[in-house]
Amino acid sequence: MGTEISIQKCSRRLNVSGSHWNLPFCGSLCFIDFVKLRNSRTVPKVSYDAGDDSIAEVFRPVRRRSHTNLPQHIAVSMKILVRPMMIALAVIGVTTLAVRSSAVPHTFERNVTDVEKDRASDRSGTTSSNSTAKSIAEAPVVAAANAELARLWEADGSVRAGEASDLTLLRRLSLALHGTIPSLEELRLFEQDTAPDRINRWCERLLNDNRFDDYFAERLARGYVGTEGGRFLIYRRDRFISWLTQQLRTNRPYDEIVSAMISGTGVWTGQGEVNFLTSGFDDNDFDPNKITARSVRAFLGQRMDCAQCHDHPFDRWKQSEFEGLAAHFAQVQISLVGLTDDKTKEHVIDDGTTEDGRAVAPSVPFHPEWLSESESRREQLAAWITHPENVRFERATANRIWGLLFGRPFATDRPVDDLPDPGTDPRLAMLDLLGEDFRKKGYDLKRLIRVIVATDAFRMSSIPPETQNVEGIPDNWSVFPLVRLRPEQVIGSMIQANNIRTVDQNSHLFVRALKFFRANDFVDEFGDPGAEELQARAGTIPQALLRMNGELSRELTSMNPFFAPGRIAAIAPTPEMQIETVYLCSLTRKPTPQERRYFETMFQESGTGTAIEDLFWIMFNSPEFSWNH
Amino acid sequence: MIHHTGLHSLFSSLTRRQALQIGLGTGLSFLLPTLEARSAEKRGKERPKSIIVLWMGGGPSQLESWDPHPERSVGETVSKISTTIPGLEIGDTLPQMAEQIHHLSVIRSMVSKEGDHERGTYYAQTGYRPDPSVIHPSMTAVISKQLKRDDIEIPQHISLASGDGFVVPRGGFLGADYDAFRIYDPGRNIHNMRPGVDEARQKRRLEGLDVVSDAFASLRQMPVAKTNHQSVIEKALTMMSSSQLEALTLEGESQSTIDRYGDNRFGRGCLVARRLVEQGVRAIQVVLSGFDTHVNNLDGQRKQFGILDPAFATLIADLKERDLLDSTIVLCLGEFGRTPKINPLEGRDHWPIGFSCVLGGGGLAAGHVIGETDPNAGQTNEQQLTKTTPPESPVSIPDLYATILTTMGLDPYEELQSPIGRPFMLSEGMAVTELLPERLR
Repeated sequence: MGTEISIQKCSRRLNVSGSHWNLPFCGSLCFIDFVKLRNSRTVPKVSYDAGDDSIAEVFRPVRRRSHTNLPQHIAVSMKILVRPMMIALAVIGVTTLAVRSSAVPHTFERNVTDVEKDRASDRSGTTSSNSTAKSIAEAPVVAAANAELARLWEADGSVRAGEASDLTLLRRLSLALHGTIPSLEELRLFEQDTAPDRINRWCERLLNDNRFDDYFAERLARGYVGTEGGRFLIYRRDRFISWLTQQLRTNRPYDEIVSAMISGTGVWTGQGEVNFLTSGFDDNDFDPNKITARSVRAFLGQRMDCAQCHDHPFDRWKQSEFEGLAAHFAQVQISLVGLTDDKTKEHVIDDGTTEDGRAVAPSVPFHPEWLSESESRREQLAAWITHPENVRFERATANRIWGLLFGRPFATDRPVDDLPDPGTDPRLAMLDLLGEDFRKKGYDLKRLIRVIVATDAFRMSSIPPETQNVEGIPDNWSVFPLVRLRPEQVIGSMIQANNIRTVDQNSHLFVRALKFFRANDFVDEFGDPGAEELQARAGTIPQALLRMNGELSRELTSMNPFFAPGRIAAIAPTPEMQIETVYLCSLTRKPTPQERRYFETMFQESGTGTAIEDLFWIMFNSPEFSWNH
Repeated sequence: MIHHTGLHSLFSSLTRRQALQIGLGTGLSFLLPTLEARSAEKRGKERPKSIIVLWMGGGPSQLESWDPHPERSVGETVSKISTTIPGLEIGDTLPQMAEQIHHLSVIRSMVSKEGDHERGTYYAQTGYRPDPSVIHPSMTAVISKQLKRDDIEIPQHISLASGDGFVVPRGGFLGADYDAFRIYDPGRNIHNMRPGVDEARQKRRLEGLDVVSDAFASLRQMPVAKTNHQSVIEKALTMMSSSQLEALTLEGESQSTIDRYGDNRFGRGCLVARRLVEQGVRAIQVVLSGFDTHVNNLDGQRKQFGILDPAFATLIADLKERDLLDSTIVLCLGEFGRTPKINPLEGRDHWPIGFSCVLGGGGLAAGHVIGETDPNAGQTNEQQLTKTTPPESPVSIPDLYATILTTMGLDPYEELQSPIGRPFMLSEGMAVTELLPERLR
């Protein structure tokens, strides 16, 4: 007794006064200590000192926000605790930016030269990336893929669209690989690069940027663990993401990455990959079915979920096949040394037919010879899933990566993880040839991306040929599809458009903090499509309201002298250049002559400041801004 | 009320007529639908049915509210008070509800299959367990779709005072159009619904937007038409200029009315819910979270029920007084209840087997008490969540929803198709006969 806990919602701090406890509330740390507290004999007195809500929010398990690497609670408490600090930082930031911007020569060209110098280190890899880019353009697999596309178009009697402009391609690449549009700074560099093959070379450049690993890890993770919070304490999505980021950074072969996820053991905080399995805990028990269904979907691109309860209605999967696969995960347990296997445990199914349930031995639905000799059931299964002859693995990966690059999987008419059996659909031959190259080149994800980017499908314009503009567009990649940007792509692009320089790990702390906190709030409001992200979906009214009237869009379009609107007004000498720069910053293109004329009149009528604000507002609300094209 | 001045200027500065004027000068004018200038007639004789769900987030304790057992060994708890339903006693946390409860019924034998907040919320809002292959629509989304009204310009599925994303009811496979429209601080400000600039400037912006949209769309007519971008902006602009938006404010409500509900997010949410019902909005959720009392249960529950009691009771009395209760179902529910056993921190943990909910209005039979629990029945089991004895006459979440859907004139066994053509019934449960309106029993 004598211990007192006071919980104050407004500052979200948990303070336990008394001799033993003094815990600033901070996500998981608090919870662990809370458990200690709970197991102790003392019954502390808790006083509630909350607004409308109370303690519950404080103790509610961490739910992950959509795309950052921090659990929500940390994010929330950081927001509360750090915001006052941010104001201080903002003051410093504004001062520094002011100094910086006054030091920057007042033309964009010179600006860019400076940046070039800053990033001289970047260029040490240029020679090798030049040669990679060249070899990709000439790779037989790209030619084969293009021939396959031509075959599809011929079979459908469709006319292919023209080539997209290089600026459009750069925008697509940036959105797919970094989750944001290119900055003006990048555009100027790109414009100066006149050597042939620059798209492949820039693809290489983007792949070698840290922003790729960060962004792509999150996108991939959705297929593996979704976006849910999972069981608190033993599931750490942030650790999983940072592990995956690291794997991408070192370009670890994809079969090894997948094997590590399936067969990992150890502590979820140290071994990030283990969280793939701990995400399968519901309440107190490990659910082998959940992980089995997920593995089959994510790694083999097929859905066996239905077979969990009954034979698959339209596919050939049997319930017994599902149970046999699930038995590989049945020995998973949590012990003092983290996640391990209990070698004596059997997969018991309690279907009510027998008193004690029936034990199911591990089995696979086909090719048992692909299983390895390992002791561990999960290692056996990992070998089976990633076996070179198991073409489902490579086809699934090719379809998913295609989906992440285009926003639509190659097999457009079905979910990304629901492919038909290999060899059954001749229209999916593209996946076989991309998959084969992927396997032969050592399951190299970056190469797979380079190959897809080099195909005609990626280079295609989104403007349909005249005839199709009215009749409708065939679903065969003869025209680049319009795909709605993901919420973090929208907010990332808005923030990027608001900055002349590239927003990345070298950005000013204030800009990054803004990106982190605001992006979180925005994604929350905008609505996160979660694991279903590759399915076609329309925009919503709350999203339109948020873009038109939201606080953030007001801020990002306002005449702040340190961000794009203010700087364009101050630096670009004529309305003509100002209009062009706003277009480049936000739509990655120059205005058409009509647009130019229209907005020049607007600039004369409303004055530069107002006109630039209005123009940014218009850009952010245009369909061209929120749809990849 | 400082907060209201802002709103007032919104309505005075941009009436629908002005919005039409703005629209007329631009290519976006075609976006403004042909509605008569003021369509916001209050509910007429027809009185279509609505539902208000008071969502008790975190798991409210049945023992400190609708199902008290102070005589049993359930740890420190409330005492009982008698109510306007003869024989029904509830916790002393709910004195005002004790006076209104005869308009409603109590179910004390709710059972759920999920004991985790997120999963439990999903189940308790949809009637289906989480399934990785599909996202089910919440019951309120189903109602807003099946009973869609064309004369409503504001969202027909609204969540008030909610904070957590997973508590906001979703449209699931029905599509994002049926997601609840979320308003964090009801009555205080209408989130993002106000143009940031004056009319003239808004007009210039919309004109400019036309120019830029045209440049993009003219070359891609079919694909851009498919994106619906334009029609979404259209609907948003309609909403921004709709007089029905007033239902989302507290315009014209006296401070004493607000105080009767409770001048907090939940209280104001209940008041706004009433205004929305008057406007004809179908499905409204008002959230009160903070029931997750793993520590010092009694204080926490007392505090939260202290917020619920005046708001709920005033809402019922108000609906009754305005003759709206017969056309409005009110349901008070959380994702699960709390354990009869008190933990070492004097808290209660999650309890999905045998918790309570309250419902009534909209024609539902009133004055019933369904089910019974024995709080000491599960005490032998350490885990407390498994193998507990089910309560007398258990009512599952799907049963509850079958009851509500039937009462609203819908067939619970009607099937909706998911995008891949998988059929789902509106609810798989069996309606609780005693609660149905007499003509439907």
